[in-house]
Amino acid sequence: MAEVQTAWTAQEAAEVIRAAAAAGEALELVGQGTKRGFGRPVAADTVLDLSGLAGIVRYEPEELVLTLKPGTPMAEVDALLAEGGQMLAFEPPDLGPLFGQPTGQGTIGGAILCGRGGPRRLSAGAPRDHCLGVKAVNGLGDAYAGGGRVVKNVTGFDLPKLIAGSFGTLGAVTELTVKVLPAPETSVTLRLEGLSVEAAVTAMAEAMGTPAQVSAAAFLPAELSAGASQTLLRLEGFGPSVAARAAHLRATLAGQPFAADLGPEETRAVWKTVADAAPFANAGAVLWRLSVPPSHGPLGARLAARLGGRYLLDWAGGGIWLELPPAPDAHAGVVRSALHAAVGHDGHATLVRAPEGARAAVDPFDGAGSPLETLTARVKAQFDPGGVLNPGRMYAGA
Amino acid sequence: MRMPAPDGRTIARRGELVTALRKIVPGEGVKADDAELAAYECDALTAYRQKPLIVVLPETVEQVSQVLAYCHREGVKVVPRGAGTSLSGGALPLADGIVLGMAKFNRVLEVDYGNRVAVVQPGVTNLAVTQAVAGRGFYYAPDPSSQIACTVGGNIAENSGGVHCLKYGMTSNNLLGVEMVLMDGTILRLGGKHLDAPGLDLMGVVCGSEGLLGVVTEATVRILRAPETQRALLIGFPSVEQAGATVAAVIAAGVIPAAMEMMDRAAIHAAEAFVHAGYPLDVEALLIAELDGPEAEVAHLIAVVEAIATKHGCASVRASADEAERLRFWAGRKAAFPAVGRISPDYFCMDGTIPRNRLPEVLNRMQAMSAEFGLRVANVFHAGDGNLHPLILYDADKPGELERAEAFGAAILELCVEVGGVLTGEHGVGIEKRDLMEVQFGPEDLAQQQRLKCAFDESGLLNPGKVFPTLCRCAEYGRVHVKGGQFRFPELERF
Ligand SMILES: Cc1cc2nc3c(=O)[nH]c(=O)nc-3n(C[C@H](O)[C@H](O)[C@H](O)COP(=O)(O)OP(=O)(O)OC[C@H]3O[C@@H](n4cnc5c(N)ncnc54)[C@H](O)[C@@H]3O)c2cc1C
Repeated sequence: MAEVQTAWTAQEAAEVIRAAAAAGEALELVGQGTKRGFGRPVAADTVLDLSGLAGIVRYEPEELVLTLKPGTPMAEVDALLAEGGQMLAFEPPDLGPLFGQPTGQGTIGGAILCGRGGPRRLSAGAPRDHCLGVKAVNGLGDAYAGGGRVVKNVTGFDLPKLIAGSFGTLGAVTELTVKVLPAPETSVTLRLEGLSVEAAVTAMAEAMGTPAQVSAAAFLPAELSAGASQTLLRLEGFGPSVAARAAHLRATLAGQPFAADLGPEETRAVWKTVADAAPFANAGAVLWRLSVPPSHGPLGARLAARLGGRYLLDWAGGGIWLELPPAPDAHAGVVRSALHAAVGHDGHATLVRAPEGARAAVDPFDGAGSPLETLTARVKAQFDPGGVLNPGRMYAGA
Repeated sequence: MRMPAPDGRTIARRGELVTALRKIVPGEGVKADDAELAAYECDALTAYRQKPLIVVLPETVEQVSQVLAYCHREGVKVVPRGAGTSLSGGALPLADGIVLGMAKFNRVLEVDYGNRVAVVQPGVTNLAVTQAVAGRGFYYAPDPSSQIACTVGGNIAENSGGVHCLKYGMTSNNLLGVEMVLMDGTILRLGGKHLDAPGLDLMGVVCGSEGLLGVVTEATVRILRAPETQRALLIGFPSVEQAGATVAAVIAAGVIPAAMEMMDRAAIHAAEAFVHAGYPLDVEALLIAELDGPEAEVAHLIAVVEAIATKHGCASVRASADEAERLRFWAGRKAAFPAVGRISPDYFCMDGTIPRNRLPEVLNRMQAMSAEFGLRVANVFHAGDGNLHPLILYDADKPGELERAEAFGAAILELCVEVGGVLTGEHGVGIEKRDLMEVQFGPEDLAQQQRLKCAFDESGLLNPGKVFPTLCRCAEYGRVHVKGGQFRFPELERF
């Protein structure tokens, strides 16, 4: 069991890191630790607990910005924004349950640093698109800041984008500024029932190509939806607009097997299921997330059939959740070769969950062994030359 | 403007370099005679000029890779260039460096409507992307005012915006992938037709890196289906305060218009005199709010915004009745720069961003500075996202005016930072704001950015003298690895 050190301030975090750097020791950085099972296991002597760096620093709804400490619980962020009629538009998924954690845990820091957007990623972007400013401590124990506190900024390199999705490998984040947006007044989900995966992907592409501003599009195969497959198209916005766009979509997709629409409440529930990959929670099985051009969504179905697993498609087909039975290499060889045979360089596969052994044996992120990994290692070395911060979490050599 | 001291030995080797570069890029692709070089001596920040040593216009990624690898070996500096419309001097040549012009990379390679992406070469103009897909009702969202001329490569380097980025994002929010070449010649792909990076979001920092991290040779961008309807409101206000309060109230009401632009009195008068758009002349501020979407949404939101403006005491409000009127509303705003160009021999276009609630205060202090520096200023303003474009009017032929205009500009940008904003919202740092970077960033912040530069280009040969007020000291950072936490920053030499 590794020793745990807790930092309550940025200053304290810097001191712990400086001491670790001087001693040549590695640290595992954690918030609430809900996504600790994501990425490669970190071989660290000490855990640096940052969950105490919590709290809202400044919320300016009319400026569309929120500055806060990374350990702030997501539940607190959501409640605050709901009061202001706003939201984090990237629709952060609650991935904790995938790793056996209770729902509703997790921190804003964890949400940004794991870089995952939910269903609205398709239309509104990922954490990186909403991360405006960052303060962090690098692996030497030096504090640095990047970005700013305004929504439009190109001053200097865009470090906030790099930090979003960096899994704590480039700095212990001590403050974040995120862009917030008005929450939609209402929403509706149009449903097509019983489509094959190929037909669903075609229908979703057609819907995305209309001016109806579909904010999310997903496909749940029959085995996940009690009988008939569901193709879900979400519309959000002002009442009259949502109604007009729903009518437009129905006209464009005339002849498709429409089932009854889902109202705002059911819409919230079903998209949370999709965001959190809820059907695959609390299981010992292997879980992959593939990112492909949407038209390649059916690859998920083929791989599931071939390897005896289950799947669902988000992002109009471009985001494939793939649950597979345990295997020593978590099926990495088959999954990655099938993926790259299908899409070439236009896609990648991330191992989200696997038993400990497989996690250490398989590269969870694509790109290992390529010029990309070399460059990643060079970037890592410039933020953390001594390999103090979550070494090996993303790639063995970085 | 001081630049890194030119290396006399490189300049002396010009003939030899030309011969070697012609072996890589044959024929007309290597330009070395004085008249031809003159065409490249500045970008749109015309106050600063420098003829490059040589201009190279490659046509393939292999040529780019070989040119960079050769320059890397020989220690020759390289300045990438698109269309040369940068307003911050990002493409300003160096006396001892080559300009790597990407103009021949001018093809749209693929349009994939099913996946809603276009794959283009970096020399394609911004507008040409939209033109390539408009036939099917699609468009490319980032729309800098320079869109008929500026290139996708330049847009990526500057992370350019436009009036519609309030709702649709900047270049980085619409960019899915790049192929790029590092200074040592390595060819690399980041992203593609899919979403998100497998590991670190390196494309996220390449976008907006002002040609310092690599040369982009291909881009995959997202295309969107064009909205059904666009309508604009033209709203006059008796005071800037009321205009500012209206903008805040619109956003507080949950409305993100496609665009929300403001002009001050000086800009309104200059624009109206130039294009006769029908702007009211008896107001202190003019707001153009554009709503887009389905007919029903636009009608609804026009009413919402109109009511908010009325509540905040606007002097006049008019909704465009048809497309001709909408375009007329925009005509003055779009012609604001040339309009100011008519009333002044020269002008600087500044580009700071501020928290919007500080707008009245910033405009008032800017007026005071205008009197102090004895120079006129007109303001156009991306009001929705707080991005100011003060235009400083000066006459370069009058001794001392250029220097005064520079000092005025610096004072405005320092004010932006003081109120919680930033030096540049969309035009980039380049050389123009380089020496102000320390106003916004501390030494450790800048050091961390420069360390990132070292990861991509340890030689420091790619576009040196831009963005950072000191050269990157990659070798020194390297030594730090041994010393762990001991490193602190000694006084660094300025340019
Ligand atoms: C009248 C006018 C209006 C403008 N309006 C706007 C506006 O509304 N919004 C806005 O954001 N900007 C605006 N600009 C600024 C300018 O047009 C943008 O910054 C544009 O993106 C520059 O593109 P370019 O092709 O001209 O690049 P250049 O000026 O040639 O180069 C700009 C930078 O990009 C680098 N670069 C170019 N190509 C590459 C490449 N392939 N790989 C790597 N680096 C490269 C260069 O080294 C340089 O640092 C305006 C400029 C003018 C003159």
